[in-house]
Amino acid sequence: MARFAVRRLAGMVVVLFAVSVLLFLVFTVLPAQNPAQQLAGKNSTPQLVASIEEEWGFDDSLPEQYLSMMGKVLTGELVSYRPRVDVLEQIVERIPATLSLSIGAAVIWLVLGLALGYVSAVHAGGPLDRLLTGVAVAGISIPVFLIAPVFLYVLSYQLGIFPSGGYVPLTENPWEWFTHLVLPWFTLAILMIGIYGRVLRSKMLDTMNEDYVRTARAKGLSERQVMTRHVLRNSLLPIVALFGLDFGGTIAGTAIITESLYSLDGVGNYAALATANFELPPVMGVALYGAFFVVLLNAVADIAHAYLDPRVRLGEDAS
Amino acid sequence: MSAPLEIAGLRVGFATEDGLVQAVDGVDLELRAGEVLALVGESGSGKSVTAQTAIGLTGAAGVRIEGSVRLGGEELLGADEEVLRGVRGERIAMVFQDPMTSFNPVYRLGAQVAEAILAHRPRTSKAEARAQVVELFGAVGIPDPERRVDSYPHEFSGGMRQRAMIAMALALEPEVLIADEPTTALDVTVQAQILELLGRLNRERGLATLLITHDFGVVAEVADRVAVMYAGRVVEEGTLDEIFYDPQHPYTWGLLGSTVRLDRERPRRLPQIGGAPPSLLELPPGCAFRERCPHAFASCGEMPPLAARLTDEPGHRDRCWLEPAAKRERRQVEGRIGLEAPGR
Repeated sequence: MARFAVRRLAGMVVVLFAVSVLLFLVFTVLPAQNPAQQLAGKNSTPQLVASIEEEWGFDDSLPEQYLSMMGKVLTGELVSYRPRVDVLEQIVERIPATLSLSIGAAVIWLVLGLALGYVSAVHAGGPLDRLLTGVAVAGISIPVFLIAPVFLYVLSYQLGIFPSGGYVPLTENPWEWFTHLVLPWFTLAILMIGIYGRVLRSKMLDTMNEDYVRTARAKGLSERQVMTRHVLRNSLLPIVALFGLDFGGTIAGTAIITESLYSLDGVGNYAALATANFELPPVMGVALYGAFFVVLLNAVADIAHAYLDPRVRLGEDAS
Repeated sequence: MSAPLEIAGLRVGFATEDGLVQAVDGVDLELRAGEVLALVGESGSGKSVTAQTAIGLTGAAGVRIEGSVRLGGEELLGADEEVLRGVRGERIAMVFQDPMTSFNPVYRLGAQVAEAILAHRPRTSKAEARAQVVELFGAVGIPDPERRVDSYPHEFSGGMRQRAMIAMALALEPEVLIADEPTTALDVTVQAQILELLGRLNRERGLATLLITHDFGVVAEVADRVAVMYAGRVVEEGTLDEIFYDPQHPYTWGLLGSTVRLDRERPRRLPQIGGAPPSLLELPPGCAFRERCPHAFASCGEMPPLAARLTDEPGHRDRCWLEPAAKRERRQVEGRIGLEAPGR
């Protein structure tokens, strides 16, 4: 088990290295604007630009620049260009909003998605299954940028049930925290509910044909015991791996759109603004700390998968 | 006292896009206490469907079941799901063909056996169930049972898994054991061990065992009686000796003739039964075997009943119009039993 975890974490370092090199190259080899020029302002003299280049090291060779930037990432000394503030501090400040959003959404999509898939699979082919399939497909098909305005217009503007955006820390007012997050949560979760429902349903239908399910029936288990202990339990294995990817992907991707749409000042929003301004340090910071988090989550998912599947855990093949 | 398991007039049909597939077409079987009845036939002859229907596991959509399955006199066909659930594992236990896939890979073997006990005896504590499983593992010859109950299926060899499967089947001391090709997926030496185990348990525990197989070698090893199935029907039924030394139905001759025997000189080329089994979608009227039977004659267009035709063997029944004397003559091929064209 320990060896498995170590192997997985070593792979993670390689992935992070590749991500950082790629990002660095995208921002330095394809510059939209000279960062020194940007820092110096519009009406700057060439001398000022040159001195800024000197000060920030923009005239060093690319490998040197990369190494110095990585040094700053590792020591948490990244500084953004304008305003000149500490990137790590900015990110840490926004983490609670982003985690509130993504963890809440993940809980909703897991609970509802798995319930949807389970009920569909148990009633496969029946009218309830067809109805739920329609719901799932609708959820998958509606884009986030459409859900959010509709939610905001109907539930916030017209009916006034929920606030229209912003973030209230949990420690400040738990009820306000909750009401401000309900719409963003569902906006993020709706797509995933549909996907998880479909994936679990099809996996369960496959599993139902396994010999061990027939064995479970033959030993006299009730239909519900057969479904939960044997069919559902085994069908959850691929869901765990999928969830590790999707949860990371949500934090790194989808949450950015949702945060922008609901003016939630989270890490995603910070990264979106920095990208728009072509500021490398915040983007590098968010991407690398984010990638670290995503890869860590994947490793956790893999370890969880290994824990749930003894064939992986014990490192033997399941002949 | 009625026999532990009586199957009468069982018909199982599956509705498919092409029509109704009559997988089982009027099967009568009586399984007696303490005996091993071998149900023999090639793939698709309906032997497994017969067994699965007996415990109500043929529940697919579009299945049509008629007839009667009685367990100790109690009708199971059409019984409540709750009643059937109580029967499965508790009174009729099953051992399946492939021990590689018949256990759930994510649970420990002992826990899976204990699950059967707990499903029927909910008041048993986990520790008691475990102790019972350890004892069962010992009884079926799994070495070091105390430790092995905590193994996962993939840590067991095929033969050991099948022993665990048999332990699970015996856990609740059922009256009837249905073993569906229990040795087919195992290698030959392990096959012999598993058969020896099944035979011993059958004697020791007074079980009634229905052994489904396509292998006459397996039949010879453990069976007391044999029923031969072809195209969804029983075509011949008798004691082991009757079937092996005085087979009445030409299909049985063909099966016996195509079996390799160590006590006989090996024929130049292992004989086979010509042709292929008929489509179960549209069985022609009359004997289903007549298309492949070199001895077929006009009467075969009409279905012969499963009847005893030998005065000295009252329990020996078959479905063939040929006269017993003619059968004894025609099945002799080069000094052995076989199904070859007459006059060759």
